[in-house]
Amino acid sequence: MPRVSAWFVRTALGYLVVGFSLGAWLLAEKGLGSRTALAWALRPAHLEFLLIGWLVQLVMGVALWIFPRFGVPRSAYGSAGLAWSAFVLLNAGVLLVSVAPLLPAGAPLAALGRAIEIAAAAAFAVNLWGRVRPSGLSDI
Amino acid sequence: MPPLTRWYIKLALLYLVAALLGGALAAAQRPLGLPAVWAASGPTYIHLLVVGWITGMIFGVAYWMFPKHSPERPRGSNALAIATFALLHGGLLLRAVAEPMHQLQPSSGWGAVLVASAVAQWLAGLGFAVAMWPRVRER
Repeated sequence: MPRVSAWFVRTALGYLVVGFSLGAWLLAEKGLGSRTALAWALRPAHLEFLLIGWLVQLVMGVALWIFPRFGVPRSAYGSAGLAWSAFVLLNAGVLLVSVAPLLPAGAPLAALGRAIEIAAAAAFAVNLWGRVRPSGLSDI
Repeated sequence: MPPLTRWYIKLALLYLVAALLGGALAAAQRPLGLPAVWAASGPTYIHLLVVGWITGMIFGVAYWMFPKHSPERPRGSNALAIATFALLHGGLLLRAVAEPMHQLQPSSGWGAVLVASAVAQWLAGLGFAVAMWPRVRER
């Protein structure tokens, strides 16, 4: 797989472990009947790490790797600049959105994080668009 | 496709149906006068969908399609892969039963089952990451 895909996938695996760890802590808290303030303050990070950091990031990395490469000029995997921009922006956004609830008046930071994630999604979509082609081998 | 992947995918399909059915029963509990356990299954329904369906499908397909570990052991350690599968699904099934029951009867011992479920699923996530890490390689 290309280098950028390896970075996407490895980072996704890191978020999987951290996100599952936070989820296990929250579930154990529920089972034990305790409500540690920090655990519940980290619940938004649990969601963000697993939905965006793990799932979205893994899909982006694997798509850049396995989508068809024929007919794409200059680089078989599309634009390296757009791919790396998507990686950096997505992870900056995930971290901002996750940290924001822990800070006083963190709402603007969370909004900034979401805006950066949108930029990551746009860079990814523009880069992948040309690789979505029919194979001619299937009726559906 | 390896047998473990087939198990992952077939279970993921069952989780998809079960999760959507659970969601429908939770929504219909009050209007249809169904048992209260269905109303208490909200977080369980979300996790059946996100862990059982989406994550289970990803674990299974990644185990099958990621670059080979080595010519001798193309998918890495069989024991680790089977343990990850068992912990993920065992932990999720424990949660599916224990979470609504714990919410309805908080002091009946279901809390300990939830803790066991948390540990099992955490170990599954760790096991998957450890198993896949060496298979993520640049070329």
